[in-house]
Amino acid sequence: MTEMTSIDAVQKMLGDQGYICGRDLGTVVFLSLRLGRPLFLEGEAGVGKTEIAKALAAGLNRKLIRLQCYEGLDASSAVYEWNFPAQMVAIRAAEAAGGADTEALTADLFSDKYLIERPLLEAMRPDENGAPILLIDELDRTDAPFEAFLLEALSDFQVTIPEMGTINAPEPPIVILTSNRTREVHDALKRRCLYHWVDYPDFDREMEILQARAPEAAEKLSREVVAFVQLLRTEDLFKKPGVAETIDWAKCLLALDVINLSPEVIADTLGAILKYQDDIAKLQGSEAKRILDQAKASLEPV
Amino acid sequence: MVEHLPLDLPDDPKLAGNITHFARALRRAGLPIGPGRVIDAIRAVEAAGFSNKPDFYWTLHACFVNRPEHRRVFAQLFRLYWRDPRYLEHMMAAMLPAVRGVQEDRPAQAAEKRAAEALLDGAEGPERGEEDERPDEDTVIEVDASFTMSSSERLRSLDFEQMSLAEMAEAKRMLARITLPVKPLPSRRGMAAANGRIDAARSLRAALRRGGEMQQLAFKKPRPRYPNLVVLCDISGSMSQYSRVILHFLHAVSNAKGAGWAQVHGFTFGTRLTNITRHLATRDVDAALAAAGAEAQDWEGGTRIGASIEAFNRDWSRRVLGQGAVVLLITDGLDRDRPEELARHMQRLHLTARRLIWLNPLLRWDGFAPKAAGIRAMLPHVDSFRAGHSIASLEELAQVISRPDDVGEKARLMAAAHQP
Repeated sequence: MTEMTSIDAVQKMLGDQGYICGRDLGTVVFLSLRLGRPLFLEGEAGVGKTEIAKALAAGLNRKLIRLQCYEGLDASSAVYEWNFPAQMVAIRAAEAAGGADTEALTADLFSDKYLIERPLLEAMRPDENGAPILLIDELDRTDAPFEAFLLEALSDFQVTIPEMGTINAPEPPIVILTSNRTREVHDALKRRCLYHWVDYPDFDREMEILQARAPEAAEKLSREVVAFVQLLRTEDLFKKPGVAETIDWAKCLLALDVINLSPEVIADTLGAILKYQDDIAKLQGSEAKRILDQAKASLEPV
Repeated sequence: MVEHLPLDLPDDPKLAGNITHFARALRRAGLPIGPGRVIDAIRAVEAAGFSNKPDFYWTLHACFVNRPEHRRVFAQLFRLYWRDPRYLEHMMAAMLPAVRGVQEDRPAQAAEKRAAEALLDGAEGPERGEEDERPDEDTVIEVDASFTMSSSERLRSLDFEQMSLAEMAEAKRMLARITLPVKPLPSRRGMAAANGRIDAARSLRAALRRGGEMQQLAFKKPRPRYPNLVVLCDISGSMSQYSRVILHFLHAVSNAKGAGWAQVHGFTFGTRLTNITRHLATRDVDAALAAAGAEAQDWEGGTRIGASIEAFNRDWSRRVLGQGAVVLLITDGLDRDRPEELARHMQRLHLTARRLIWLNPLLRWDGFAPKAAGIRAMLPHVDSFRAGHSIASLEELAQVISRPDDVGEKARLMAAAHQP
């Protein structure tokens, strides 16, 4: 299917794109590419689920097609739609020109010219770089009917358009589905995919990620930031900060020309890592200082 | 007019009689078996032969069982019925407790009791004490409610006392009466309608069929969708009389077809929160309750409402309340945690739920006043506060669950709570 021959190759390819992934995620991505199975990634917001699709597309030099899900998403916005206004104009124009060749007109009206391709159909079209990568983002936001429709689409990669016939994908796209788990996705859909729960990275990997994503940050500051966030995740928070928050926060601190963390700086920039009032209130006062001291203590031996 | 062929029954009239009797026992255990199927079964046994027991078992199984949830009942009945030719005298003599037979130490299997009772032709078993209402030792709630809570957490897995046939029939009758009708919400998905917003795509498609003549506009309106129901049920010691009944009710609600709820999620909590949604989907009530009982390790232990609600908020609320769910909280509010903590977790639950309805069995006393600190902490954060101790109160719940303005007893008790 692809030129990826081993898990190491996958990890290296993603690493070249600035996506540092662990062995677990590398394995499941490799298997998904090798077996041609959709990859279903679940995890907290901001752990890099969507990012992996972008890195894969860049690494494999494929087109990335993204279907952003929302409640009430239907086939006409996910697969295809006829361009009705243009068709009406064409009819009127034909009438005005006095052309009475209805056969030709009908054939022309329902041709590719008036077909608006939406992501799913687009992903089934041949591409000179190989099968595109289809990212179905935040699947949990759709409703059960769309999920049932998706089941069918993912199992045989063909779409039937009544006026045109069946369109088959010459090579099935690489499908990546993500979910934030705001509801449980149906078992039948999960069964067709390889599942992976994307977890928060450990200290070393988060350091690597931060160096890849915010290389201009000084080593010392990066270490403090990562140690602080790692400790923060062990606290009893309603919404733990994700990797995206770590990177954001590091960039915020850079913008403020901060050299090392202090309780005052943390208090001023807490909004970059914690997004719930309850959580921010928890870290007011001495609590932030306590965690910071703990974080600095954990860095001491180095 | 069909010509009735004479029944060609096997030579052994005893076998035919036995199969007939067996079918009647199955019918009493709740399998829908008519005389036609009994005749089929006799013919099938004749065709398949009566040489070895497995063949005989599967032959009858093929004729009598047409739903997966009936397999278990069938298996139990078969085991009891064909084990011993003199089974019936034996059983009548021994009565229900001895149904467990040789292996006295083995806990009763699901559906076993139903099978036994069906065989006994409705003979009354010995009275079971747990059905009786415990006499109210004191009708005044003590503020610390110490008699309902053990100081040490009694963690153990408890086998549910199985339902008897009478209970089952009662539950089914209750189920027939009680559905929780729910108001649909508008969804983002449209459907064709006679009036509403203009559906441009459909209008233009219709016009294309007529060669571009726009004769009539098509309209659409939002398709209704139903909210989810999330039930949080307290199974601690102080609630033991009710939790089983409530779980039955919950099982009925989650298996009621077309009741309107998109999904029903069930959780039990005592000292720990357990998700029993999957078990509720098991169609056999006994099996579902047994599975839920095995899952909930803290059955009838102490209560830690605050910690359980916190666990729900942390692990589940975003997963099951995302689509606007109605939350039923079933607990007596007798909690040992700090009331301010409890209030905070309740507030979050209240803010994330579409509606929060609290069913409290203690409300059955007319003189109920919110004296316990836990109750006072929780009361401001619910939309509605109702009794939940009897079928009647559940019927009331069914009437009010789709009325967004209903507050139950909350207003009265809030006023009472603020009196010095």
